[in-house]
Amino acid sequence: MTAVRNIAAIVEKEWRHYFGSPIAWVALFVWTLLFGIFFSFGLSFFVKQSAMTAQQMEFGQKLSLNEYVIRPVFHNMAVVALFLTPMLTMRLFAEEKRQGTLELLATSPLTDLQIVLGKFLAATGLYALMILAGLLNLAMLWHYSTTPPEWKPVATGFLALLLFGACFIALGTFLSTLTRNQIVAGILSFCLFLGIWTLGWADDPTNGPVMKVVAYLGVTNHMEDMVKGVLELKDVIFYLSFIAFGLFLAHQSVESQRWRA
Amino acid sequence: MIEVEGLTKRYGRHTAVDSVSFHVRKGEILGFLGPNGAGKTTTMRILACYLPPTEGRARVAGFDVFEAPLEVKKRLGYLPETPPLYPDMEVTTFLDFVAKVKGVPGRERKARIEDAIAKCRLGEVRFKRIGYLSKGYRQRVGLAQAILHNPDVLILDEPTSGLDPKQIIETRDLIRGLGGDHTVILSTHILPEVEMTCGRVVIISKGKVVAEDTPGNLTRRLQGAGALRLEVLGNGAAVAEVLRGVPGVLAIHPRPAGEGLAAFDVEAAAGQDVRALLARAVVQGGFGLLGLSQVGMSLEEIFLHLTTTDAALETGAASDTKEVSA
Repeated sequence: MTAVRNIAAIVEKEWRHYFGSPIAWVALFVWTLLFGIFFSFGLSFFVKQSAMTAQQMEFGQKLSLNEYVIRPVFHNMAVVALFLTPMLTMRLFAEEKRQGTLELLATSPLTDLQIVLGKFLAATGLYALMILAGLLNLAMLWHYSTTPPEWKPVATGFLALLLFGACFIALGTFLSTLTRNQIVAGILSFCLFLGIWTLGWADDPTNGPVMKVVAYLGVTNHMEDMVKGVLELKDVIFYLSFIAFGLFLAHQSVESQRWRA
Repeated sequence: MIEVEGLTKRYGRHTAVDSVSFHVRKGEILGFLGPNGAGKTTTMRILACYLPPTEGRARVAGFDVFEAPLEVKKRLGYLPETPPLYPDMEVTTFLDFVAKVKGVPGRERKARIEDAIAKCRLGEVRFKRIGYLSKGYRQRVGLAQAILHNPDVLILDEPTSGLDPKQIIETRDLIRGLGGDHTVILSTHILPEVEMTCGRVVIISKGKVVAEDTPGNLTRRLQGAGALRLEVLGNGAAVAEVLRGVPGVLAIHPRPAGEGLAAFDVEAAAGQDVRALLARAVVQGGFGLLGLSQVGMSLEEIFLHLTTTDAALETGAASDTKEVSA
């Protein structure tokens, strides 16, 4: 019980920082704006394509909103997440170290794990809120479309985007423990995320076993099925273990720095 | 309440704290005195479970800082050298957060916060952002944070730094008021502060305890070591030579003097009155003795004395007449 209360106190504090500063508002604004832009592009393309297929009677089959509008938006937003998550995580520990407030947290009856988890959950929570705010755009499809899209791929797509971003957030939390300078933490995070992203490009059926492993580690490939609406346990486990690994590193780093201090 | 045994902290090859031992009884206020870099902050950080010791043991409220840090932290209020504050939070919001992480139960939280605000006189600024507060107020928010959960033990690293004289007096009163119920260790390099607030003093220098006593005893013990101010007609270097030859003289410090004159502050070993010997030496040396007066050693000087000439003091010896570099 105490553990939950402690973590909740950290989450609350971080959210105060996020929303008390421009960080949360800018992140929400940029995210929803880009979501809206990608969505409207997707939608206008879809409307044009539908009109064309409607004229060619032999292809009289209706196009899927999920496939032509929602799925591309999710893919594009994953790229946006690559840019925005470092901004959410870079100050988590770096700022506490610079301000000397880590000394307050470290001398309070909290465990290092509670501090790490609290900070991770706070950033992930804000990120989840960003995704949800973006998803409001999709609500229009249900309102206006005569054949509304399937909701299940939207739900799994949300989960994919959330897990994918949470991997970056976990790693970003770790990188933020390494420095007192949040800009350094931000740059390191972005570069590492980009590197992990490119691992996914090694995904080619003709590749040898080594490249297969490399491709497996690329966080993007595990999104594919989920965005299509197929929830595979192995993908979820991949993401969860990735997150656990990032948090493990963060915890080790916080703990060991006190030993070396 | 606090037991420290042979505590040592090394950073690589540098030893910041060198087998420090002391005890603090329940309700006592202990002053921790030493020049900058003496190891005060390191010792306090170890007691606050922020740093692990390299060697030795420290127990706070019956719990080992290394084996049961969470139990120690529950019973401990800690004000680091720079108060750990979130500049973008309001004072009450900040205290509310601290109360939560310190495990103050929900129903007591409000009362505890009000109490801390009243004790640290933060009423006027309670809804201000900490970043906009003056240094004095920030220091007081830091103090409020430390006493918030009514801990058994308080560790205050220079609690009055950055305060104006009035605030210093108020803070000292506050700390004095905390004694009895709370066990307090406070570090400082302001000596009157120790005299006014602490029941006992531990002086550390270069990581080692050089003295441990009540402020009164410490002053008494060292009173004899007061300096003598001497004014002599004659060549400075020649006079200095003569003065060095006087038994009981620890060091002599030349002072500015007029043409053909020489002036010195003479430090004598504790408990020895060398005035008569000095006068005789000067006269026998063929110089004119113009003045000889006792300059009472202030607490500051005692402190400097202890933390810079501890080797000479420990042996109680006076044979070493070399100038001691500070």
